[in-house]
Amino acid sequence: MRARALAAPVIVGVAALLAWEVFVRVGRVAPFVLPAPSAIFQEFLRSFDVIVRTGSASGMNVLVGLVAGTLLALGAALLASRFGLLGEVSAPVVAAANALPIIALAPILNNMFESTSSIPRRAIVALVVFFPIFLNTLRGLREVDPTHTELMDSYAASPWAFNRLVRLPGAAPFFFTGLRQASSLGVIAAVVSEYFGGLQNGLGSRITAAASNTAYPRAWAFVVGACALGLLFYAAALLLERLATPWRRASS
Amino acid sequence: MIELSGVTKVFNAGRPGEVTAIAAADLSVAAGEFVSLIGPSGCGKSTLLRLIADLAPPTTGSVTVAGKPASAARKDRSYGMVFQKAGLFDWRTVQRNVELPLELRGVGKGERRRRAAAMLDLVGLAEFAGHYPAQLSGGMQQRVSIARALADGPPLLLMDEPFGALDEMTRERLQGELLRICDETGTTVVFVTHSIDEAVFLSDRVAVMTARPGRLTEIVPVSLGARTEEVRQSPEFFAAVTEVRRALRGPSVPVQAEQK
Repeated sequence: MRARALAAPVIVGVAALLAWEVFVRVGRVAPFVLPAPSAIFQEFLRSFDVIVRTGSASGMNVLVGLVAGTLLALGAALLASRFGLLGEVSAPVVAAANALPIIALAPILNNMFESTSSIPRRAIVALVVFFPIFLNTLRGLREVDPTHTELMDSYAASPWAFNRLVRLPGAAPFFFTGLRQASSLGVIAAVVSEYFGGLQNGLGSRITAAASNTAYPRAWAFVVGACALGLLFYAAALLLERLATPWRRASS
Repeated sequence: MIELSGVTKVFNAGRPGEVTAIAAADLSVAAGEFVSLIGPSGCGKSTLLRLIADLAPPTTGSVTVAGKPASAARKDRSYGMVFQKAGLFDWRTVQRNVELPLELRGVGKGERRRRAAAMLDLVGLAEFAGHYPAQLSGGMQQRVSIARALADGPPLLLMDEPFGALDEMTRERLQGELLRICDETGTTVVFVTHSIDEAVFLSDRVAVMTARPGRLTEIVPVSLGARTEEVRQSPEFFAAVTEVRRALRGPSVPVQAEQK
């Protein structure tokens, strides 16, 4: 079952790559329109060191932004669930803010800091990851089983005990759903914000640089690197979720 | 163990939509007794149980539990409660669910473990201590919730339709187990149900309630001796069932009208 679940996407992926290769070769597609996967792969191997180095720089931006944004979102969600009015007022504001293209702030933030600073990118990542984590966690904190409330009342449990034993663990699965969404969004935000000016140490800046030099296979190779980085963060979030919420794997 | 005198409960008192959930209930339950509250939906039987549990205050009258006002009894953890939903914490193992009341009282880890293991033994789930609730059937979950309610050794067990969501077979098995557990622990039980069979099989006395407004109309004593499964087929059992059924209909509703 597990092997089959793994085999299906691998087969589809390989088939798609083959089709792409055949399409480019048979159709004589110009490399600046669409390079063949084999060309991208060669370029990926040749630039591997640079991809790893720039990928680590981007990864560090994602990590710092993700951690900062997560902590902020958790704190805000706790406050909003604790003070009902605050939650009611903030929910529509947060929903509206969530609809804004935060990425659009990148060039503006870049100009606010020195050109050698990584802060603007990390701030963008933190902002982008804030929303899914805040909204999911808040929902989890608010969804308490009425039976649990009565049970804790019957024990005359303190509000602190109620939060620690019922509300927080109950919200954990919601938080991790938010974190999973945030991990992918964070990588996108970091790479795209590197498209704009400032420090040239990330994957994003290499993608724009290669593309403007018409080195398309090279640009694609860095895109592959960005994909790998996204997968890495997603997998890490998934792993964290599995470790922290073991009861969810344990269904009959 | 429990004294209710002149208890009423009015929701939205003095406002539009005022509902008298319970009109003047008097009831006393002796230590070691098993009393069921039975009645149609909306008769206030669950509300009455919540008044005993101090999960809601009565509008008038007084509720005494274990010789104390109900609010003091709740703070002293004088009762354990079992709900229709097992209400286990999904994120805790069976063992740690049973430990909950002990943890809230600040009992040390070793003692908690020992006590929870004994409780799981009592409900026959010792080998499931390390499982999560999602891995158990509904009946097993409800047994865990009974173990949790008894873990702190309360003298009183309040049960709100605990077997209402279970299938008939599981239900009858759990009824037998509950009686055995009460025998072993000497716990007093107030048990809310809408099943006449269940009330008769379990109880020393069945308190019959009618709806609109909720009223304790009659208390039917049941004396069946040792509750074996055979009791369910005995003439005494059927006689008691008939008696409760008659009390549920009440004197005001003629049988003729009912049959039409």
